[in-house]
Amino acid sequence: MTNQIVQGILLGGYYALIACGLSFMFSVMRIINLAHGSLAVLSAFALWLLASRFHVPPFYGLAIVLPLMAVIGWALQRFLLERSARGGALLPILTTFGLAIVIDNVLFEQFGADTRSLAPFIGSLSYDSWEWPGSIYVGKLAVIIFVTAVVLLGGLQLFLTRTGLGRSIRATSEDPDTAGLVGVDARRANALAAAIAMVTVGLAGAFLGMRATFDPYAGATQLLFAFEAAVIGGAGSLWGTLVGGIVLALAQTLGAKIHPQGFLIGGHVAFLIVLFIRLSTSGLGLRGLLHLPTGKTP
Amino acid sequence: MSLLSIEDLVVRHGLLQAVRGVSFSVERGETLALVGANGAGKTTLLRAIAGAHQAASGRVIFDGTDLSGVPSHERVRKGVALVPEGRRLFVQMTVEENLLLGRTAGRRGDWSVERVLETFPNLKPRRHAKAGHLSGGEQQATAIGRALMSNPHLLLLDEVSLGLSPLVVDRVYASLRGLINSGTTIILVEQDLNRALSVSNKVICMLEGRVALAGDSKNVSRDEVTRAYFGLHRNGAGGVPA
Repeated sequence: MTNQIVQGILLGGYYALIACGLSFMFSVMRIINLAHGSLAVLSAFALWLLASRFHVPPFYGLAIVLPLMAVIGWALQRFLLERSARGGALLPILTTFGLAIVIDNVLFEQFGADTRSLAPFIGSLSYDSWEWPGSIYVGKLAVIIFVTAVVLLGGLQLFLTRTGLGRSIRATSEDPDTAGLVGVDARRANALAAAIAMVTVGLAGAFLGMRATFDPYAGATQLLFAFEAAVIGGAGSLWGTLVGGIVLALAQTLGAKIHPQGFLIGGHVAFLIVLFIRLSTSGLGLRGLLHLPTGKTP
Repeated sequence: MSLLSIEDLVVRHGLLQAVRGVSFSVERGETLALVGANGAGKTTLLRAIAGAHQAASGRVIFDGTDLSGVPSHERVRKGVALVPEGRRLFVQMTVEENLLLGRTAGRRGDWSVERVLETFPNLKPRRHAKAGHLSGGEQQATAIGRALMSNPHLLLLDEVSLGLSPLVVDRVYASLRGLINSGTTIILVEQDLNRALSVSNKVICMLEGRVALAGDSKNVSRDEVTRAYFGLHRNGAGGVPA
């Protein structure tokens, strides 16, 4: 059981990493980016292309792909999300849904339906492990992913609280109109936040490719994990995202222990339980969710 | 050259014309009080100067530059700072963080966090408290301090006494007198006529989006302002100040 808990916690690091960008974009721009998973897969394919065609190892490839993802995030915000956000809350969701379809199909058109992995390009790191007391084997890559998630979330936290740019992003997320009145360029702050979010997505895509296989349509599953981890941890909270990722992974691990096919179900159950607890404590409850009458007489 | 010239400014809220062809100017170091009943267009006028509302027509000329089409954050860079009605602090941030945000525009000047805390001593022990946990007076002081941190040439104050106890209002106005004496140019929107007249050099009374009365605060009687306030007096004492 201890082994499962350790593996679950380490897997939670990956979920936190992929949920981080989704949560960040939601908290700053109030946009649920349904193309999140597809963009992570796009990053994985970019690294795979660099490794297989140009012999650039994935960790070095990040030096090219992450700045590229930042530019993609900046451009997405400036030319797509900002415009669609003017049309109300629903339009950005539909826009990013459309974007996910476009990305998936462009990747399919370019790379075909074959599954790929970055594991062959990182040597023994993909399967090497350390033995811990109690015959617990922890994968080196899993530990690297977990540490990366903690460092990334901590770094983002420091950036947001200790730097002028971070304060500008927080001010914009709280009240963009007033942010403008104190000298903050809200458009720039949002574009910068989108660029940062895409860098985290790029990193998550890299680790997705190193620890597993991916294909052009793998984005939907990654989006689901990211969404569940973000909701469990409280969308918008950086450290909450780490907790959400760990809870999701532990629930999946527990589900797999109960039934061989219980891995995904375990995660979904944990997500639904937390969702309903959040709704009931926020005063909405199931009735609010389903728009049912309260039953009170006027 | 005047620091601020408003020329035939029209601002709309949808179909409603909130400001209807207003013109006036403010010299450096002056304090102008904008008074008028609720809905007279004072706040809309102030927000239009700050760039929070776009003008339908007319011009806002600040320090010789036409600000038409210039977004609010650029206006802060040029030296216009607004203390909005209701304070509009970033409630999830601390007092210090709110103040530091005022420096985003990057204007050089004497204002620092320490100087704001000296000007508003009630903020000193609350430096690391979240703005949402402050009292009304502390919030108002933070909002004024945040605007001052941008080292503005022109400070726009919208209803600084709204919702505050008389004691706290006295304290806020005592701090404002210090700013006025230091030569800061101020446009002050105020419901309290006595306070408005006591701190200002010039007064403009607005009615239904227009200037109903304009003149030097010393030369305009309280009775004249009151009559203009309720629409009993139009274009009376002094005309539009030069």
